[in-house]
Amino acid sequence: MSWTGNVLRVNLSAGTCATEPTNMEWAHDYMGQRGLATKYLVEETDPKVDPLSPENKMIFATGPLTSTIAPTSGRWSVICKGPLTGAIACSNSGGFFGAELKNAGWDMVIFEGKSASPVYLDITNDVAELKDASDLWGKSVWETETTLRDRRGDPDVRVASIGLAGENGVLYAGVVNDLDRAAGRSGVGAVMGSKNLKAVVVRGTVGVKVADPMALMKSSNAAKEILAEHAVTGTGLPTHGTQVLMNIINEVGALPTRNCQDVQFDGAHDISAEAMAEVRESDGQANLVSNHACFGCPISCARRSKIDPTHFTVKDKPQYQHVSGGLEYEAAWALGAANGVNDLEALTYANFLCNEQGLDPISLGSTIGAAIDLYASGAITEEDTGGVALEFGNTEAFVSMVEATARGEGFGKELGQGSKRLCEKYGRPELSMTVKGQEFPAYDPRGIQGMGLTYATSNRGACHLRSYTVSSEVLGLPEKTDPLVTDGKAGLVKAFQDLTAGVDSSGTCIFTTFALSGDDIAPMVDASCEGDWSVERFVEVGERIWNMERQYNIAAGFTGADDTLPARLLKDAAKTGPAKGHVNRLDEMLPEYYELRGWDASGVPTAETLNRLGL
Amino acid sequence: MHKALVMEVDACTGCHQCELMCSYGKVGAFNPAKSVMDITQYDGGAINVPSTCTQCQEAWCMVVCPVQAITVNPSTGAKEVSAEVCVGCKVCTIACPFGAINYDPDSGVVTKCDLCGGEPMCVEACPTTALAYVAEDSTGYDKMLRSATLAAGLDAPRA
Repeated sequence: MSWTGNVLRVNLSAGTCATEPTNMEWAHDYMGQRGLATKYLVEETDPKVDPLSPENKMIFATGPLTSTIAPTSGRWSVICKGPLTGAIACSNSGGFFGAELKNAGWDMVIFEGKSASPVYLDITNDVAELKDASDLWGKSVWETETTLRDRRGDPDVRVASIGLAGENGVLYAGVVNDLDRAAGRSGVGAVMGSKNLKAVVVRGTVGVKVADPMALMKSSNAAKEILAEHAVTGTGLPTHGTQVLMNIINEVGALPTRNCQDVQFDGAHDISAEAMAEVRESDGQANLVSNHACFGCPISCARRSKIDPTHFTVKDKPQYQHVSGGLEYEAAWALGAANGVNDLEALTYANFLCNEQGLDPISLGSTIGAAIDLYASGAITEEDTGGVALEFGNTEAFVSMVEATARGEGFGKELGQGSKRLCEKYGRPELSMTVKGQEFPAYDPRGIQGMGLTYATSNRGACHLRSYTVSSEVLGLPEKTDPLVTDGKAGLVKAFQDLTAGVDSSGTCIFTTFALSGDDIAPMVDASCEGDWSVERFVEVGERIWNMERQYNIAAGFTGADDTLPARLLKDAAKTGPAKGHVNRLDEMLPEYYELRGWDASGVPTAETLNRLGL
Repeated sequence: MHKALVMEVDACTGCHQCELMCSYGKVGAFNPAKSVMDITQYDGGAINVPSTCTQCQEAWCMVVCPVQAITVNPSTGAKEVSAEVCVGCKVCTIACPFGAINYDPDSGVVTKCDLCGGEPMCVEACPTTALAYVAEDSTGYDKMLRSATLAAGLDAPRA
């Protein structure tokens, strides 16, 4: 119940699809999605495997709550060893694809090996078949999805695919579903491309049954009521989307600007949610067209946007003048503030390109920011950039770099390797704003101390979605803590990490946790699944998952020394705003964090901890 | 007086919660493919159109049914299909001008909205004002009021 009990195993080398029962013992210990798929990966692959080799596996996974009446039940994830970091990669997406996959009767699809030529996987309920994708190779996500939808002749099919970025091995290529929802981070799209797998098409009409439907409806209705009445999930996110944060984080003095040279951006308002809603002079329309919901979501935070048709980026390009996925906060920051660019329409165009060709806008924007810093320092010149004067705030130069990376041309090939490799190549590794090789997102740890520990300890490299302490340190949820204080942050980060691992593994969205606690979420799992799912068990599963991921990374070669931040954040104090004079004081938090985790002083889980969690 | 389902396109976010609940009521599983309420998306979800049976007063599906499998529920006015009587001939699906009655190959009979006996589960599930169950003589009233308010250049009606 709630789990479908079926795993689809696709051997791309042999060209075969086989069904096997879901390992229910593991499902009870790791729930689903992120947790369960990682367990499969840990058991079936060598942590030292080359991420882009056929020996790496890639798993598309749903959770027990996916496609149930539980609010935000549209989530699914891609799990593999990540090529950007060499660490465990788990990239979560919304939209409608995940629910369709679950409705077709699958808990997960495991891809192994490598196809000799481009293929796509075609699923209708229990019938799965690999088909030739030679004609799709070289096509964008948008062309691929539209072509496959037309080919099937069924408007209800859902598609997840890679664009040129995944084909070209861009190390932060994502897997994009429903045209603009993405498993965006850590380069899972490059792994898909390395396997010559272009797309997965799915249609599901089997449906999902749960253990106690009445109890699920009761707990779901209670959760929906809380979400509707909450200021963030009921008003802020539906009205402004995640972009509600742009002005807030800028005022807090934690908006990483110009590759973290500053913590506030004077153009923040120009690229904010408020600006997206302003009517343009040119065509009398606003950038923002409407909000939109992923499957099963009452919050509806997604943006639909339309670029000013007279803007230089799209003037002669009708293919970008339609309504499509608009800017989220992370993308607006990474493409904008990180590069000193305040042109909302240009950023929307860059975001469209990321969706069209399957790029992670966080890593892309941050990498371009690092390249501009390299240019400013003289480490690279116009000879390297193909004649482009790379300067902060130069919109044309920025757009040309986005286009080059999306197409895999010229200096874009270097940018496609991510900021760590780029800065190392040109002898300035300290200019890369990354942890474990992954670019960090839109919160400067000098202004929000807990996010420093969050980035340093995230198992997939720097990430805000593993422990979003911004919720507490800025928004005051569930309780306000001082963003400039380190006391108590170790416990806060651990608590968020464990809860988030549970939420991810259930198949719902962590945005619910602005309003819902484990006490609200666990009853939905309990109603849906076999066995008793108390909040204590829910969080313990999260802790078990966290430690499993950590063990995988240690086996892959990571040590406690990798739990750190770029020197710029630890040594160069913020120049303006409430955090003026502050650096991130990671050293005040990390030892306590290890202790709370039950890890030794070098960051390795003790035997006692592993025993306690059954690892 | 009977009540009617009204669907407001502008308010629909395309979340499909209505389809989840509807399908549960129809087949006992969360399965949007079996929902008789359908959300169609345009512009990648910028526009979402909910649609289902509007319970025609003179229901062509009922008129053409050769075995009288479709009858009126007197308490709700809903035209309901009897799965025991329906022979799956599909003539009703041809007669309906809106495509609101459809054949389900898994059960061998047609399915359509029956207003859940007077407590539509889709309305209960909808997190916005996109779906409502109102007196059948006022289905257009709110829309008329909005248009008039807009024409008067106001944000809200005022006396």
